[in-house]
Amino acid sequence: MDTSIWQPILYLIGIMAFAGLNAAYLGWCERKGAGHVQRRIGPKEVGPYGLLQPLADGIKLMTKQLLVPQGVDGILFRVAPILAMIPAITSMVAIPFSPNIQARSIDLSVLLIFALASIGMMAVLIGGWASNNKYAMISATRAVSQNIAYEIPMLIMVITVVMMTGSMNLEDIAAKQQGGFWNWNIFPVAGESVAQALIMPVAFLIFFICSIAETNRAPFDMAEAESELIAGHMTEYGSMGFGLFMMGEYLNIVVGACLTTILFLGGWDCPLGLLPGVWWFLLKIYILIFTFIWIRWTYPRTQIYKLLNLSWKVLIPFSLGILLLTAIFIKVEGFLI
Amino acid sequence: MNEYWNDIFGGAKSLAVGLNITAREFFKPVVTEQYPHFVPRMTKRFRGHIELIPNEKTGAPNCVVCGMCQRACPSGCISLAGEKPEGAKKKVLTRYVLDFTTCSLCGSCVESCKFNAIRFSRDYNLAGTNKDDFVFDLLKRLEDKS
Amino acid sequence: MTVPIQCAPDETFVLNLGPQHPATHGVLRVKLTMDGEYIVKAEPVLGYIHRMHEKMAEDGTFAQYMPNTPRMDYLSALSYNQGYVMAVERAAGIEVPERAEYIRTITVELNRISSHLLWFGAFVLDLGGFTPLLYAFDDREQILDLLEHVTGSRLTYCYYRFGGVYNDIDDEFITGTREFIKRLRSRLPSLYHDLVTGNIILIKRLKDIGFIDADMCRRYGATGPVLRGAGVEFDIRRNEPYSVYPELDFDIPCYPEGDSMARYMVRMDEIEQSLRIIEQALDKLPDGPVQAKVPKVLKPAAGDCYTVVEAARGTFGCRLVCDGTKNPYRLKLRSPTYSNLSLFGEVAEGMLLADALAVMGSLDLVIPEIDR
Repeated sequence: MDTSIWQPILYLIGIMAFAGLNAAYLGWCERKGAGHVQRRIGPKEVGPYGLLQPLADGIKLMTKQLLVPQGVDGILFRVAPILAMIPAITSMVAIPFSPNIQARSIDLSVLLIFALASIGMMAVLIGGWASNNKYAMISATRAVSQNIAYEIPMLIMVITVVMMTGSMNLEDIAAKQQGGFWNWNIFPVAGESVAQALIMPVAFLIFFICSIAETNRAPFDMAEAESELIAGHMTEYGSMGFGLFMMGEYLNIVVGACLTTILFLGGWDCPLGLLPGVWWFLLKIYILIFTFIWIRWTYPRTQIYKLLNLSWKVLIPFSLGILLLTAIFIKVEGFLI
Repeated sequence: MNEYWNDIFGGAKSLAVGLNITAREFFKPVVTEQYPHFVPRMTKRFRGHIELIPNEKTGAPNCVVCGMCQRACPSGCISLAGEKPEGAKKKVLTRYVLDFTTCSLCGSCVESCKFNAIRFSRDYNLAGTNKDDFVFDLLKRLEDKS
Repeated sequence: MTVPIQCAPDETFVLNLGPQHPATHGVLRVKLTMDGEYIVKAEPVLGYIHRMHEKMAEDGTFAQYMPNTPRMDYLSALSYNQGYVMAVERAAGIEVPERAEYIRTITVELNRISSHLLWFGAFVLDLGGFTPLLYAFDDREQILDLLEHVTGSRLTYCYYRFGGVYNDIDDEFITGTREFIKRLRSRLPSLYHDLVTGNIILIKRLKDIGFIDADMCRRYGATGPVLRGAGVEFDIRRNEPYSVYPELDFDIPCYPEGDSMARYMVRMDEIEQSLRIIEQALDKLPDGPVQAKVPKVLKPAAGDCYTVVEAARGTFGCRLVCDGTKNPYRLKLRSPTYSNLSLFGEVAEGMLLADALAVMGSLDLVIPEIDR
């Protein structure tokens, strides 16, 4: 491996550019997507197809005064937006975009990403608490209870995949799924047991639902339920403070989509086993991100207790069942088949 | 227990139906009007602010300064004045001011007019930065037009 | 599932919902005493948009009050227009030509649909779904175009006159309306019912939430879809028929559950019933004048009269006291939303904030109408 100083710097720039571009242009994608779902056009005035809109928004947000209201916790209030952004960018270090595009291959990369995701949730808590606003406070408490509820089924699903692969390194997990869609974890027909192939789609679904909830997206956007809590933890934030929260949210979506792709959709593998590469990876994550947007603009929001019920009464029992079945399939060779 | 499974499967189905509908709408053409690029045409009965109707022959306003519109207006936004020039039979309009800031476009003035002197205009691009922009001198407007 | 909760007073906090809040749809302020996410006490505070409409009536002539009526409930402006016009017609003894009555019925029902469509969108928006709002607005836009074609305005219509209507409807309006009926009928099942009504998230948020029973409606005087959602089949169009409603065949949707879902379903069914009414009225539309002979200056004899109409939100009553002059002596307006909102304090007690806002949405509040 090349040990020159340029490699980390190159990756740093690459990841920052990827993150920045995504954070800016997913906002544009979302607005375009929402527009077309609602039979509008969406942004169109700034640049061709409104492509310069994120730039205009960024300039607007940056030139606005960063207002710190009276009675807030000064330090935490300023720290929260940064904290929303950093874990999401840091997570990308561990994500393998293709066999040879990965900043750092870490043995426990799955664990690292989930640890960082929890820190990301701290941003909502700290921001909500420091704002000294009742709506923000309610939002912060909601976000935490939601996060706890949804991290459990999500991690159980990850454990299932880890058990099947035998590694906690994302690169290994993806590498094991190469060679066509029949090898992917979502429907591993070519795996040891066909019965396993029948439960994995459910596992994928649970993981996907949890990743929507984890990234605080509609219909699970309890923390920023705008018709109840105005903007939740972001109520008191203006200018780039708000901008960073939004960028953090979009980056979390990207990380969530990357994880889903690696854990279940074969990473950089082509569905037919031809020409694997980073393009397939990007295609898959953007399809997933589009699904996020599509879902957001289709459903009404759930209510916080219904949301927790869904996790504790449906997702957790199901995921535990899947975990148990997977363990049995792995241990008892040739089970059912 | 039955309800539990119903919720899961029925619910999942309803969510899929919803996604299907929005996906279909996604590919349909947009229905919104691109306003500054395509300017809508106002209908025949559109109620803009009022304007004076010029006489077909002379181009002077039809108004005979009877003051019915002024009296009919609920918000008192019309003020007009006229004078009788030497030798003329009818009064001639010298001033007709509409304070559009208080007008509610009810049409009482147009209805009350027996001399076919005022009508609704089709103007709707009426944004302004100053309150005084909306005090219209309708007589001057009419002269500018003709 | 409202669970009454016990807590020490010092553990509660006061949350000011409004006067500027996305869910109150106007300048309504609700003072909520909260215990965590549960509401201990809800107290609507009114008066932020009071414009003394009733007093304004006493200052002008009868006709001069006309443009005020649509500005109370800007969403079903024509019902208010009709309520006031009917009161004056009764006081002055004016007979309205039949064609005018039919035109009134057609336009007022179109207005009712547009009001319900906007409510539908705003309600789903309260629940966090944005897209159905724009689908509903797409349909509402067609109604606004139709009504603009006859009345000249798009929102605060001032179309009815004492003894008739401002101008006659034309063929373009009639064919346009028939097309609209076809269009909405084809869109209702998929874009409204499949996408929203059947959605499990919506059902979970509305079913068994916010019970308002018939007794509570009676105590607070709640009317309209709130009352019909509580299982009472009461509709002014049927119970105290006015205009040409007795000649038309329509059902009164009524759901006995009394929860938010029942109120939702009542309104959705009312859209379909209104379509039926319009269709029949168009078929029966007679020829003739649209304006009766009315004296230039109205001077009804001294006395008072009360008329009620079924507005989109419930019973709109208009009590007119005349003293023989050209101005009304007193005009008392009974607006439905005022009564419908009054019961919110009782319903919201012990409820979650999110549920309470869903209930508030299901009451279909129009704030300028509450304050007048």
